[in-house]
Amino acid sequence: MMNETASEASLVEMRGICKSFPGVQASDDINLRLERGEVLALLGENGAGKSTLMNILCGLYRQDSGDVFVRGIKADIRSPRDAADLGIGMVHQNFMLVDTMTVAENVVLGMPSLAFIPDMAAIRQSILELGERYNMTVDPDAYIWQLSVGEQQRVEILKQLYRKAEILVLDEPTAVLTPQESKELNAVVKRMQAEGKSAVFITHKMDEVIAFSDRVMVLRKGKVVAEKVTADTDPKDLARMMVGREILFRVEKAPFKPGAVVLELKDVCADDERGLPALRDLSLQLRTGEILGIAGVAGNGQRELSEVVTGLRPVKSGGISINCVDSTNKTPLQIIKSGVSHIPQDRIAVGAVGDMSVANNLAMKDYRSAPISKGIMLLPKRILEFARKMIGQFNITTPSPETRIKFLSGGNIQKTILAREIESCGSLLIAVYPSRGLDIGATESVRKELVAQRDTGKGVLLVSEDIDELLSVADTIAVLYDGRAVGVMPTEGADPEEIGLLMAGVQPSGKESNS
Amino acid sequence: MSFAFEKRKTVSKTAIVAVPIISFIVSLVLTGILLVAFGADPFSTFAAMFKGAFGSGRALTETLVKAIPLMLTGLGVALAFKLKFWNIGAEGQLTLAGVAASWVAIYWSPWLPEPLLLPTLILVGCAAGALWAGVPALLKTRLKVDETLVTLMLNYVAILISQFLYYGPWRDPKGFGFPGTQMFPREAWFPRIAGRAHIGLYLALVAAAVLWFVLNRTRWGFELKVIGNSPRAARYQGISVERNILLAVLLSGALCGLAGVGEVAGISRRLQQGLSLGYGYTAIIVAWMAQLNPIAIPFVAILMGGLLVGGDQVQMVMGLPSSMGLLMQGMMLFPMLAGSLFTEYRIKKITGTQARESARGGA
Repeated sequence: MMNETASEASLVEMRGICKSFPGVQASDDINLRLERGEVLALLGENGAGKSTLMNILCGLYRQDSGDVFVRGIKADIRSPRDAADLGIGMVHQNFMLVDTMTVAENVVLGMPSLAFIPDMAAIRQSILELGERYNMTVDPDAYIWQLSVGEQQRVEILKQLYRKAEILVLDEPTAVLTPQESKELNAVVKRMQAEGKSAVFITHKMDEVIAFSDRVMVLRKGKVVAEKVTADTDPKDLARMMVGREILFRVEKAPFKPGAVVLELKDVCADDERGLPALRDLSLQLRTGEILGIAGVAGNGQRELSEVVTGLRPVKSGGISINCVDSTNKTPLQIIKSGVSHIPQDRIAVGAVGDMSVANNLAMKDYRSAPISKGIMLLPKRILEFARKMIGQFNITTPSPETRIKFLSGGNIQKTILAREIESCGSLLIAVYPSRGLDIGATESVRKELVAQRDTGKGVLLVSEDIDELLSVADTIAVLYDGRAVGVMPTEGADPEEIGLLMAGVQPSGKESNS
Repeated sequence: MSFAFEKRKTVSKTAIVAVPIISFIVSLVLTGILLVAFGADPFSTFAAMFKGAFGSGRALTETLVKAIPLMLTGLGVALAFKLKFWNIGAEGQLTLAGVAASWVAIYWSPWLPEPLLLPTLILVGCAAGALWAGVPALLKTRLKVDETLVTLMLNYVAILISQFLYYGPWRDPKGFGFPGTQMFPREAWFPRIAGRAHIGLYLALVAAAVLWFVLNRTRWGFELKVIGNSPRAARYQGISVERNILLAVLLSGALCGLAGVGEVAGISRRLQQGLSLGYGYTAIIVAWMAQLNPIAIPFVAILMGGLLVGGDQVQMVMGLPSSMGLLMQGMMLFPMLAGSLFTEYRIKKITGTQARESARGGA
């Protein structure tokens, strides 16, 4: 029958998609199928290439090679508008809404079919109807700035439904939602599915894969490593596939001989930017000569942990002590002066000043004291001398000490920050994703430096998403989930799968944590 | 083949000098075209302008008279701009400082020991300028209120305060109804160097040198540089962003205030109508043309002062509107802003494959 052959073609098929960015193969020969009425989960760690793949489908990136077929016809998607014409709509992680406009205005904004003077009454009416049909009511006259994050997401979804999107791509939609809102979102997706619409769901959380999807595709480093029907899999299986087991080099290090306590957190609570709890009664202990690895999926309180320790974020309750001296809510300067160094998560915007020279960036901690300054005076010659010494010692590749740091490669920017922080380090080094995005050589030198600091008797707090890195470098591993330390174990004899499960919020006994 | 802008790895030293000079030439050409449209000969007009501004001892001192407040407000504005604090309230800070200095000169002089009068007058004037800049600085650092609007609005407040005073309670009773205060006592006058040019010139030059030193050779200057480039990075380095912005803006206001002190104590010797001829706004052009470099500011200020004085001459000699000088100032800012691109960027010719790559990198 004619109908049968037509429905044999998948709704979306991506064949042999390759896409590379300077230094990274973001998509490596990826094949993807999406059927009518199906919810597909794309699971993978940060940087696995999930968003890149979907940005190609939605016309934001262009693939280097490979083809996209929509409803069996080869599609040349060059812009989000091309994608919209094919019924593909994306809800981005960072919402693309205009704060000072109303919900109704945002929903129709940029639609090519919009009349010169839009019939706002009709638009409002259809928004209300859509809201009712999908059980997600939003006041069409409310301004975006008045809405909560969850409501703003509903507007984004309504926007796509209003445009009659058949294929909805959701990029980590639950990252910003409360558990209740996540459940509501799930209901909306199920309702769309019942109407024959399809969705692709980008996530790195196992429980969401189970709750939302029919089929799951696991990506790792730009490649598809597994494709399964969700019903045939379980969180443990998914965690293993997502993290992968590649044995990396082991870093040489001296035997573990911990000394006195350098850093202690007792029942620390803190909020994130949006005022929601990010750390919940977190207690940790780090000793001299120890690397304490913090494992966890990004967004479970890692950033906030490093910020409360370094005084960049207020502690709401609980206490932090550094070298047995209370440092709760001290200023960043006081904490720097007590010997704490910090390699921040955001290298370009926080760790370095892009428009200043490598030399000035290197001096950014030591400028307060001799030999770089004398009283209130700064000695530019000494800054250059100091910079030359650091550049040699840490093998920083730069045309000259006076080159602006933003022209260096990511690895060399990181080496510059590392050089500065290690040089000024007293007793505690906090490193947040220190090897993220670096090539193998730079990664290795960063790891070696961390171990060298530990071997000279400093305490190192290493936040990482890479379990291999933690297993090869850390002495003790603590898993952070939802702002809590859900497991603390010595690296010796630690089970990577167990860590993966803890990262996913699943207790190793198989029971899911009730969060 | 196509062309693209590429950011320079280091700031071009040639461009830093060349851009203002070329901008000046471009503005001459643009103004020339306008003069032709007015039916005037551009060459004789420019010659008249130059002669009017620099052609005689008197012309030169009058140019300096205008350059002094431009130097001081230019320095003040440049300091704030370095921190990306858009202080466009130099006019108000200058005016309020003039009011404060007049208050000291007229009402404190009867009891203040004579040698203390000038220093007190300067200090109180600067403090008033700092106070006027401190209001938007506090609002910005504490409540994140936009400083551009607040500094601009406070200009009108300061000007109206001064008008209220010299039309009302401070009006000279023997002034035949003329709006203005009485003449300051002689001890409160700024000594003059030549013509009407007063010691404010020395103060301005010293201020320029000190500001350069502070910004380039002290720890505080280094901190301000980090804050100006990246407040988040500054905070992470333990630098108190709010406190330092507040301090720097207070200093910025004090420098603008010093300009106002010079105007009342050095030129008019009383508080009256026309305290500022828009120096506080021209200061923005001065600061940008000098690329926020304190050493360049005095030179640019003299050039701008020359345009003001030369413009007046053009009116008298050529019968053209004196606003021709102001027009040229404006004409200079546009090529300057456009040209400043070249200190940071250079033009690169790119071939087909590179074009595709850069397009891809930008995606």
